[in-house]
Order: sequence, then structure tokens, then C-alpha cells
Amino acid sequence: MDILIYGVINSIALALMALGFALVYGISRVPNFAHGALYVVSGFVTWALLRAAGLHYFLSICISMSLTAILGGLIYQFVLIRVRGMPISEIIASYAIGLAILEGLRWGGFKGMTYTLPVFIDGSISIVGTPVDFHRLLVVLAGAAVVFLLWLFTRFTRTGLALRGMAQDERAALMLGIDSDFMAVVAMALGSMLAALAAVILLPLGNIVVEAGYNVLILAISVCIVGGLGSWMGAVLAAFLIGFAQIITVVYLGPHFQMVVALLAIIITLIIKPSGLFGRQKELEERV
Amino acid sequence: MKSEQKRQERIDRGIKVRSENIYALMSWRELAYLAAPRLALILGMLILPLVMPGTYWQRVISIVCIYALLALSFDFLAHFLGLVSLGGAFFTGVGGYLAAIMNTSWGLPPALTIPLATVAGACICTLVLLPCLPLRGVYFAIVTLMYPLAFARVIEALDIFGGTDGITGIDSFVNRWVEQYLVISAVLLVLFGLRRLVNLDLGLVFRAVKDNDQAVKASGMSVTRYKAIAVFIGSAMGCLSGACLVHIYMWSGISLFALDFSILPIAATVIGGAGTLAGPVLGCLILVPVSELLRAFGTLRIVFYALILMAFVVFRSEGLLVYGRRKYEQFERWTSV
Amino acid sequence: MTDPPILEVRRASKTFGGVVALGGISFQVEQGEILGIIGPNGSGKTTLVNCITGFVRLDEGEVLFRGEDISRKPPHRIADMGITRTFQIMRPYYSLPAFRNLVIPLFSPRARRTGGWRGGGLLGDRKTVSIDILEEIGFERDSQVPYKMASTLPTGYLKRLELARCLALRPEIIICDEVFSGLSMSEIASMVPLMERLQMEGITLIMIEHRLRELFRLAGRIMVLNFGAKLMEGSPAEVMASEKVKEAYFGSEEVEEVMTYA
Repeated sequence: MDILIYGVINSIALALMALGFALVYGISRVPNFAHGALYVVSGFVTWALLRAAGLHYFLSICISMSLTAILGGLIYQFVLIRVRGMPISEIIASYAIGLAILEGLRWGGFKGMTYTLPVFIDGSISIVGTPVDFHRLLVVLAGAAVVFLLWLFTRFTRTGLALRGMAQDERAALMLGIDSDFMAVVAMALGSMLAALAAVILLPLGNIVVEAGYNVLILAISVCIVGGLGSWMGAVLAAFLIGFAQIITVVYLGPHFQMVVALLAIIITLIIKPSGLFGRQKELEERV
Repeated sequence: MKSEQKRQERIDRGIKVRSENIYALMSWRELAYLAAPRLALILGMLILPLVMPGTYWQRVISIVCIYALLALSFDFLAHFLGLVSLGGAFFTGVGGYLAAIMNTSWGLPPALTIPLATVAGACICTLVLLPCLPLRGVYFAIVTLMYPLAFARVIEALDIFGGTDGITGIDSFVNRWVEQYLVISAVLLVLFGLRRLVNLDLGLVFRAVKDNDQAVKASGMSVTRYKAIAVFIGSAMGCLSGACLVHIYMWSGISLFALDFSILPIAATVIGGAGTLAGPVLGCLILVPVSELLRAFGTLRIVFYALILMAFVVFRSEGLLVYGRRKYEQFERWTSV
Repeated sequence: MTDPPILEVRRASKTFGGVVALGGISFQVEQGEILGIIGPNGSGKTTLVNCITGFVRLDEGEVLFRGEDISRKPPHRIADMGITRTFQIMRPYYSLPAFRNLVIPLFSPRARRTGGWRGGGLLGDRKTVSIDILEEIGFERDSQVPYKMASTLPTGYLKRLELARCLALRPEIIICDEVFSGLSMSEIASMVPLMERLQMEGITLIMIEHRLRELFRLAGRIMVLNFGAKLMEGSPAEVMASEKVKEAYFGSEEVEEVMTYA
């Protein structure tokens, strides 16, 4: 029972981490290796606003999410757009940005003491004998809400439809009057915002540390590969697979193996079905 | 009325020398012209340990060579095969640990551990990277990014190979001159060997795998096989550097999987000139000493590499070596029109 | 018991996300013939080539090469067996001279095995061999053309380079995906005898073409595809006379032209 409940929570947490990456890659084909850095940045910004500036918690969350979104948009607009379509440069440039941010944070004094965000609601309840605190329940709710909102957004809003159009065929989208560069910026901002959202929801469960940036990046990428790069539904499903696998290994083997589980998941996926669970046909041909 | 107009003219200086090597033998001047850069590099590298003040800076030269090997491996894989490895540290780690184990557990001397660790390490690296080779794009980058972290975690978790303390008591080289000249000659051999290799027919096939793998497949060659061969070559260089490193430091630990070994070689490659092979060596000669000077700043060094890297990538800089070569091979002058 | 045909496709079908690209096509190719495949745009011709050569995996059906099923083999294995293809969108190695482009196929296991070329092996010199092949395909040996960068060659030579890449493997079958398209009349005129010579040398040719006039002169048999299905198969004369084909190509001036020409 523990495994089931915590598996669900862990899976949703993974899905939250991965959605931003999946979104950006799905739309603009940019593997955003700065994803983890954005996650950590928004955690620190929220902390700074809350603790140092003394703003209201909810307000600081909103501000931090918008700031991260703007940061993501700026990164795309001023850096990544210049290397678009050159996979090697895209990877190196975005990874370099992420590294600079993370190691800059590490150097800039965010070390030594622990940085924590308060949970939204204190307390816990017991579900069939397993104690679960409210915040973890909130994670589940938030995750479900995000997936649902994302679905609504891409199905029923103009921008969302434009983004989907771009994801499917960029040239056709260009011909239909969609400004693909601008849309890519929007997608990156949206992806960064999702990273920030994941951060503010998940970080209260632990400390804000720089290492989280690398872990989030790696987990997000493994989820996306297992799910099929660029497929959001695949990412959600893969999050559940990896999430449960992780909880099971944590229970039976120990917490050190989370990363190994993610890596194994990638490798098994690559061997068995390289396109991932929901990889699209077109992509498969591109890759194989 | 007419203002004098000028335009910049660019003339190839060594056109004969460059087009057909046979012409280079025609005069001593041209021969010297052709050989000068190579001789400068070789002699420079050989003299460096002699002119360095103190053992500290001699050690820095060894480290430069270690990084140069890694950078060569990155440059070779990324720009001749299109396989971007974000985890050079994985190669160092595997090679380093293998050498350390061979030395401490089996008692083999460095003269044996280094070549053995290089070959065995390359086999291991190639095997574990095999699943992501048939795929294009970001997979290789992602998986290589994960391997060093995952291996470090596993060593930590299982407490094998000395766990977080690492393996100590590894033999060092006989003396520091052996150490210095071993790594220097390794770099030079690998550099000129690779330059030779990429111009062989096999090297052409490698480049074809990068540029146009469809045509390679249509020519009846397995793309994966050639990628595997290249990864073997590339990881052998990485493992060699790792094996040398543990004998230099007489210690092997999780820090062999650290980020420095992944990111500095990439930065050095991009700065020195991607795809030139000599460029990465040049980049290391510049970056590593700078990084030693910046040691006091801790992780800010990585920020520094990352920013340089980003700037060079984003502004599509050609790299120092390419720039230097152009200046060397061409006159530029203003002529009136 | 007669020998199986050199290539046989049975009930090949392939769908791309709901779009039927191939709907169960079956046909045979006999040793040494030239089979022409025509059809309007989007009728599945290139998909068929991709499926035969393994670049795209068939959903159903099989491809038999001398009776052996090759439909599940990876592209390089199929090429290694002697089924080569040209690409519609040519992507030579632009930064290499034309003759160096041939080094890559000459390095392949098949070329080393079958060719008996001088200088196989790792360090062998493939220069003379590649120049020989290029001459065979119409690059003048004594001119500068074989030594020029591929990026500076005109389309006609690039098409020949594609063919040369196939020839370097000493193939049994060459599948030409629109080698005539984009060429001028005179370039096509010089390519036609080349194709005939390849046939004389015993190479089986499958030609996918929009240039019907030249194709009808070359091919012994024509297969017409439409919407992923075989519309008809027969000699050029039969195809030209067919009402069904005219309908499929309705409005296509080229067919009108060919019809009147014939």
C-alpha cells in the first residue's frame, strides 16, 4: 500500500518535472538542458522573495514563476535561437547555460545552510493505514490539474493550437502565418514556467540544493526518452513507470539507486523500442 | 571627385604547399613553412616541462595533457562522428578505476596498468554506450551525461572500490620526468594519430556517418558498427587519461567522475577550434593554467568555462586555431581599386 | 523447379499514421530486366523503394530477394546483398572531391568482397578504382571533373555520382529513384545509353520516373501505381494505351504529350 501511494506521488512529481522539458522539445525540437537550472532558480527566487523580501507566499510563487518564464524566454530569444537547428550547438549551449546558472548559484553563497520552502498546508492524513501529508496530496492534485490544463490549453486556445501546429510541421505552420520563432520563445517560456511550477510544488518536500538541478534534468530527460521524446502523454505514462520503479527500488534496495533506475529505464527503452512508448512514427524513421 | 576606394584582399600564401604536399619539397622555405607549426607544437610540448618553474607548474603541464586527451576524444567524437559526449568524465572514471584496481589489487606496475586500463576501459565504455548508438540526435549526449553520475552513485551506494573514500596507495610514476614525458608523448601521438586517421578512408567513412548516414547505409555499411569503432577509439583516449591521472595523483575516487572532466574539454575544444584536433590541445594549454589560477574561486571556474563555451558556441566562433591558421596561410592587405 | 525471380514483393503494405502509402502491392522483377514504376505524385513510389531497401519497415507483406525474405533486414544488410538505390534528394559529401565520394561505398564490406578491387583493406588506395568507376559512369577521366568538389558539380554529374555510388558496390539490382528529374534534355539523352549499358552488364534496374518518354524507351515492363495500389502492369505499349492510366494521370500534360508522341 505504501508503495502504491508513494508510487503515485513520486510518479506525479516526475511528470511535473518532465512536462516542461517534453513541451519545449516537442514544439521547438530544442533539448533544453538548462531545464534543471531553471527549476532550481525558481526555487531560490521563491525562497528569496518569501524569506528575504518577506512577501506573501502565494505572491512570491507567482512572481517567481513569471520570472522563470521570462528567463526561459530570454534564454531562447538571445541565445538558443542563434544555434537553432544545429543539434550539437543546441545541446552544448543550453547545457552551458544550465551549468553556469547552477554552479553560479553554488558559488554565490547558496551552500552551507539549508534552504527550505514551507509546505502549503501542514498536517497529514492516513490513507488505509499509510500516513500521507497534505502537501503530497496537493502534489497529486496539482499534477493532475497541470496535465488537464495543458490539455485544455493545447486543444482550445489559439496559442496552444499554434504550438501544436508547430510541433507537427514547422514549415506548414510558417505558411499558415504562425511566427515560429516567437512561438518557440513562448514554448520555452511555458516550459520554464512548468519547471518553476514543479519547483514550487515539489521543493517544499525537501531542501533547495544545487544538486537538485542535475537530478531534475536527468529525471526529466529519462522520463521523456522512455515516453518518447516530444510526446506529453508518453511522458506522463513514463513518469508512472519510472516513478513506481524508483519507489520499489527505494523500498527494497535503498535510496541510492534512483538514478540508476532512470538510466536503466533509458537503456532498456533504447534497446527494446527506441521511439519510446509514444514516439511518433515520423520520429522513429528519423532516428532509426 | 573620386575618393580613393580600397578593398581588402586575401591571398593564399601557401597554396602550393597546401594543395599537393609534393610541392613542399621544392624549396627549403616552403618545407619550413609547412613544418613550422608542427615543429613548434612538438618542440614546445617537449620543452615545456624543462622551463616550468617548480614542481607545481610541472604538475599543471601533466594536467594539461590529461585534459588534452579528453578534449581530443570529445573533438573526435563530436565533430567527426556527430556524437556529442557530455560525459568525458565517464571515460576518465572507468579508466582511472580500472588502473587503480589493477595496481592495488593485482599489483601490476603502471607500465602495465595504463595500457590494460586503456583497452579494457574502452571495451567497457563501448559496450555500455552501445544501446544509444543506433539513434541519432540527443540520445548519446543524454546517456553520456548520465553515466558518470550514475556510476558515482553506484560506487557510493554499494561502497565498492573504496566507496566515497576512493582507492589510495596507488603507485606513482618512477619520477616526475617519466610522468611528464609519458603524458606529453601520449598527447602528441594521439593528436597526430588522429589527424592521420581522419584522413584515411576509414576517417572518410566516419565523416560520412556524421554528414549523411543514409548514404552510408545505402552503401552497405552498418552505421552502428562504425560508431562503435569510433566510440572505442574515443573512449580509449579518455580511459588513457584517467589511468594516467590516478597514477599522477596516486589516488582514485569518485571525483574522477566529476563535472570538470566533462566540461573543460568541451570548452577547450570550442575555444581552440572545433574539428581541428590540434585546436583542443591548444585550448587546453590555455584553459587549464587559467583554471589553476582561478582555483581559489571554487565552482566559479565552471561558471567561467560554461560562459566562455556558450559565447563561443552561440556566436559561432571558429576557434583560435582556425583563426590562427587563416592568418598564417593568407596575406591580408588593402589595395586600391 | 524454376529459379525464383531476383526480386519479388508480396502484398507489401505500409501506412503512415492512417494514410495508406502502400496497400498490398505484389510484383516480380526478373533478372536483367528494366522495370519502370510510374504513378502520380503521392502514389507510394518512393515508399516502395524505401521498403524494398529497408529504410522503412513494411507493416505487412514480404520482399524476397532470390527467394530469401529481406523485409526485416536493416538497410545496410540489404545493400550488402546487392540491392542498391539512389536517393531522390541527393546528398553527396559536398566537401569532398567527386572521386573521394566513392571511397565510402568502396570501403564497404561488399565492395571489398565482390569487387576484387586493387587496394582493399584498411589502408588501401581507392583512388584509381574510384576514377575508373567515374569514367564508366561518364566523368571524363582526363578532365578536371572527377577532381572537383562535389559542391561545385552540376546536377547532372551529381546524379551520375549517385549511380556511381551504387556501382561501386557491384550491385545486382539498382533502384533508381527519379534519376532523370531535374536534368536537361541533353543530360537525359546522355544518361539513357548509360542505363542501357548497365542493363547489358547484367544489372537489374528498377526505375522510378516521371520522365515517361525516356522510361518507355528503356523499360521492358512498366508498373503503374496509384494511391498505393497497383493500377496495372504491362509493356510500355499496353500502358500507353490504357484508359485507366490516362485517368490516373488525368490532366497531366506529360502523358498527353507522350501519348501523342507515341
